[in-house]
This record gives sequence, C-alpha cells and structure tokens, in this order.
Amino acid sequence: MAGQPVIELRQLTKKYGDFTAVNQLTLDIYQGEIFGLLGPNGAGKTTTILMMLGLTEPTSGQALVCGIDATRNPIQVKSRVGYLPDDVGFYDDRTALDNLIYTARLNRIPLREATERALSLLERVGLAEAAEKNVGEFSRGMRQRLGLADVLIKRPEVIILDEPTLGIDPEGVRELLALIRDLSRKEGITVLLSSHHLHQVQQICDRVGLFVKGRLLACGDMNDLSRQLFGGATHTVELDLSAWSDELEQRIRSLEHVVSVERVEADALAGSSYVTARVVCSDDLASQLARMALEHGLELYGLRPTKYGLDDIYHRYFEGSEAS
Amino acid sequence: MSEQGIAKVRRLFGPKGAAPEAAKAGAEKITPPFWVMVHKEFGDHINSWRFIILLAIVTVASIGSIYSAITALSEGFSGSYEAVPEFLFLHMFTVSNGVMPNFLTFISFLAPLIGIAIGFDAVNSERTKGTLSRVISQPVYRDDFLNAKFVAGLQLIAVVVFALGFLVMGLGLFMIGYPPTPEEFLRVLATLVITVVYVGLWLNLSIFFSIRFKQAATSALAGIALWIFFLVFYGLIVNLIGQATAPSNPNDAAAVVAHQNFLMFLSRLSPAYLFQEAATTLMLPNTRTLNPFITLEQGYLAIDAPLSFGQSLLLIWPHIVALISMTLIVFAASFVLFMRQEIRSRS
Repeated sequence: MAGQPVIELRQLTKKYGDFTAVNQLTLDIYQGEIFGLLGPNGAGKTTTILMMLGLTEPTSGQALVCGIDATRNPIQVKSRVGYLPDDVGFYDDRTALDNLIYTARLNRIPLREATERALSLLERVGLAEAAEKNVGEFSRGMRQRLGLADVLIKRPEVIILDEPTLGIDPEGVRELLALIRDLSRKEGITVLLSSHHLHQVQQICDRVGLFVKGRLLACGDMNDLSRQLFGGATHTVELDLSAWSDELEQRIRSLEHVVSVERVEADALAGSSYVTARVVCSDDLASQLARMALEHGLELYGLRPTKYGLDDIYHRYFEGSEAS
Repeated sequence: MSEQGIAKVRRLFGPKGAAPEAAKAGAEKITPPFWVMVHKEFGDHINSWRFIILLAIVTVASIGSIYSAITALSEGFSGSYEAVPEFLFLHMFTVSNGVMPNFLTFISFLAPLIGIAIGFDAVNSERTKGTLSRVISQPVYRDDFLNAKFVAGLQLIAVVVFALGFLVMGLGLFMIGYPPTPEEFLRVLATLVITVVYVGLWLNLSIFFSIRFKQAATSALAGIALWIFFLVFYGLIVNLIGQATAPSNPNDAAAVVAHQNFLMFLSRLSPAYLFQEAATTLMLPNTRTLNPFITLEQGYLAIDAPLSFGQSLLLIWPHIVALISMTLIVFAASFVLFMRQEIRSRS
C-alpha cells in the first residue's frame, strides 16, 4: 500500500473494569484505502472507533489519526474525520436539510456555503426530493444515506462507518456500498468500515482486519488473511479419479504450494466406481492436478476447485477456536 | 452566565479547531459552534409543546396573582387616600386576598418547575435519539455542548421571567393607576434577576440529572422529588431538628440565640428558602434584618423606616452569592460527569 498511514494505532487497550474490550491493538491504515474491521458483535470494533475519535479514553496505548493524538486533541481529529455511528440519530422534527446545515455549521462552515454543500450532497445520496421533509418520516435506508451525507459535509479526509449497512434492504446496501467505493476511489478518502457482514466487506474492502474478543487476529487482503489463519490453505481441489496410487500421491505432494493430500472415504452406499481425493493448497493448482492425473493414465470424472472466501475464513476460524 | 464567560476564555486559549474553509470564506461571518448550538436549542425550546404548556401555566398564575393583589388592595384602603401605604406598587407583588396566593409565592413555587421542565431531558434525550454521538463527533468542545444547553435554557427563562414580571407590572399600572417610583422599579427588576438565577439553579440541577440518568422519566422524577423535598419536607425536617436540639434552659439567652442561628443556617441550605428570603426582602423594604432576634433595645432604638434599595440589596447579597455558588457547584458536577462519559450511539 502506498502512502503514509492515516490511522496509526499503537498498543491500544481499553478495559472496562475486569473486562478487556480492546487488547493491545496495533494497526496501520493507509491513505485512500478501504479497510474493513470485521468481527462478531462485542468484539470491540465500536470501542476501537470511539478511541480513534477521542470519544472515549484508552486505558493505555495511543491512537494517531492524521498524525494527531486522538485522545489529546480530539477536536482537530474530529474536524478531519467523519463518523457515522451504527444507529445514527437525527433531529426528527427538523428537515433533512436543516440537520445537514446544523452539522456543517458546527464545523464552522458559513451558512451560505453550508446550504450549497448540503443540497449537492442530498442530490448525491439520492435524497434531493426529501430535503424539505422532516427526518422523522424517513425510512431506515434514507436515514443511513442522510448519515453518509452528514459525514461528508465537512469534507473529511477519513470516514469511519460503523455497521453502515445494518437494517437496509439488499438494493439499498448495494447502492450504499457503490457510493462508498466511489468516494474512496474518486476523492481519495480513506474509509474505515466496521461490519459483521462478510460479503459486503469482501465486496468493497482493500484490506480486512479480523477482530475477535478485543484482539486483531489477522490483517491484510484475502490471501494474506487465509495464509495467516490457515498457514496458506486458501484453495481446495477435489478430484474424482478412477483409481488412486501412492506414486501419484507422492508426485502431488512434491508439487509447490501443496499443503496436504488426503483421500476422502467414498460413500459405500453410492457404490461409486471412483476415488475422491482432496488436495489443499495455497494456490490454484486445479489444471496441474488434472494434467498429472491424465499423465498417470487415470480417468478424471470430476474436478472441483474451491477458493476460500471471507465466509469460510470466518467460519473456519470460529470452528477452530471452539474446538480448541 | 459566568459559564458563558468560561467558555469564551477557553475558546481564546484552547487549541483552535482547524477550519480551512474559514480563511476561504473570508467576508462571511462564521458563527462559532457554541452559538450555533445555543440558537438551535433556543429554537427547539420555543417550538416545543412543553414550553407552550409552561407558559400557559405561568401566565395564568400571574394573572391570578394580579387579581388577588388588586382585590386585596381595593379592600384594604377604600375611601381614605391618606391611608395609601408606602411602596404601594410593590404590594402588587406581595399582597393577596387570602384566596389566591400572591405573585411572589406563585413564582417561588413555580420557578423550580420551569427549570426542571426545561432541563430534565437536555442530555439524555439526545442520547436516546442518537444525536449526541453525532454532535459530539463534530469538532466541538464537549463543554460547549453542555454550556449551550444551559445558556439557551437560561435565555429562555430570562425571557419568560421578565415578560411575566413586566406583564404584572403593566397590568398593575393599568388597574390601580399608581405609577412605580424608580426605586420600586429597580426593586422589581432586581427581584426578577434573582428569580432568573434561582430558576437557573434548578435548570442546572435538572441538566445534571439528565446526564446522570439515561431515562428522561427518571431524571424528571429526580428533579421533581428534589423540588418537593425542598418545598415541603425540608422545613419540616429543620423544625424537627429544632425541637430535638432546643436548649433545655429557655432563660439562657446565649444558648437560645446560638440554637436559633443554627436553625437559620440549616434553613438557608435550602435554595428555596434563600430565594424566598431574598425576594421578600427586596419586595418589602420594611424588612430591616433577616435575623429573627433583635434585642428590645435594638427594636426600640431602630428608626422605623424602610431601607433604601442599596441597603436591601446589601442585606441579601449573601443570598445571591449563595444561589450563584450553588449553581456553580451543580454545574461543576455535571461537567465532571459529562466530560468523562463515554458516548456511544443510543446507549
């Protein structure tokens, strides 16, 4: 990733009494990237975000945003960072436009410019017709879009979105994510997104941090993540062959990237005439494996390459942690 | 109002929030976030139902008190114009016909209610609506948020109290046709200022409760409980203590005086008592001392004449200081509570 880290967290720790919400978190987020903070509920995602904004004090450690200590100079951080809380609230008896202008004026933007910006942002998030409506009448999705406009009105360098897609219908989610991606790509805004929706994170994030029980377990793009969590087992290829030989197994094992080879017990009742082998590897080896089987004079009945998605990573991690 | 000053000083010396747009905008005046918040709060109050209801109650109360005062006055000196008492105009605020209480009683009864009603959901309603975390994540000082709540409330209270005071004065003038002297006018003005301070104290208390309690209902109840406590029970408790600790020898003058002073001290811990004493002293210029014990010589030798405005003010100066310092203490408490509170959305 090019550029300077915009958010630097150093040994950040937050304790509530005996409970450690965030434990020794060290993390860098770079200019212009979309970073996904992924984890189950109660993993400490929101607490981490609050510490980045100086809304709560860390027990120890340091959070630097744009090079500014968020605990000591929260005002300067907050003028550069837009924050969308997971359940954003507006003044229900005021119009959408009023709400936006209020935020803008809290950011020391003069009234006239505030109005211009608010109108153009409402246009951008698709709420232009609802500008004069009271926010009390807004649906959940509209509120969330208004929330995004509210975050953008101060022209931030960084936006932090806490569960931005919670409770929005699929179409709304798609639009919101497209909007976020657009912002990041066209305007170079750094985006930090927290979520427990794996698919959405997978769709738009450049890098992901997996966060469980206050600890950052793994961090990086999808390959990095699976490599860190499973020692590189990112792909699985299942082969249905007419026969199986030790010689073939030896050859497969000697291939680069192969992690493990095993035979899958054939279903006796199915009375299948072939053997199934599962090859776990750190790169896509499907075509090589097929060629190898044919060279051995075996019939290839089936070939099922699978790549791990975030979902699998997530699930496999939790299966693993429950077992241990 | 002194908090406002503190905020200003803080802004002068505190680190300036970066405002790149500020320089660009140049000619257009930028309202500091604090005043933006005050304006919004004030607007919210004015538009709210609660304010309209409060205004209705208080207006009815003041009109009732005028009626009460005027009937009492017209019965009091019908016919003989020599009997027109001194400070007749002030009587508008202090006499009653025995059916309806006078203006001062009404105000000292309703003032806490105004304060509580305006402040009880100041912080916790924003918290439950989720707007608190949105506002606090803007580049504003946390204390500005609190100060804005207080200043907007106090402004509103000042407007209401003065409007009512002048309403009573105007109506009184119209009804009895007896103009106030400048001194009387000043006395009324001073009383109104003290009323604002007193309501400000209750406003602050209810803001404190609204920070402490997450539910608006709990905080309103806490405020009302305290109000009733000072209005009804505190006096009873002081009486009880008085009876229990009464000196055994009623002829021991020093002990009796000391005991009485002790009781007086206890009573004056109550802001309601302080306010009542201060307002009465201002409105009844014949009050020469707030000490219930004057010796026979003192009583005999004192010139039986009302105090001048300055002297009355001097008499109650400690009360004003006490009221303001109580306000400051409560404010400091809310401040400490709020500054370190974690602000999550809707919790």
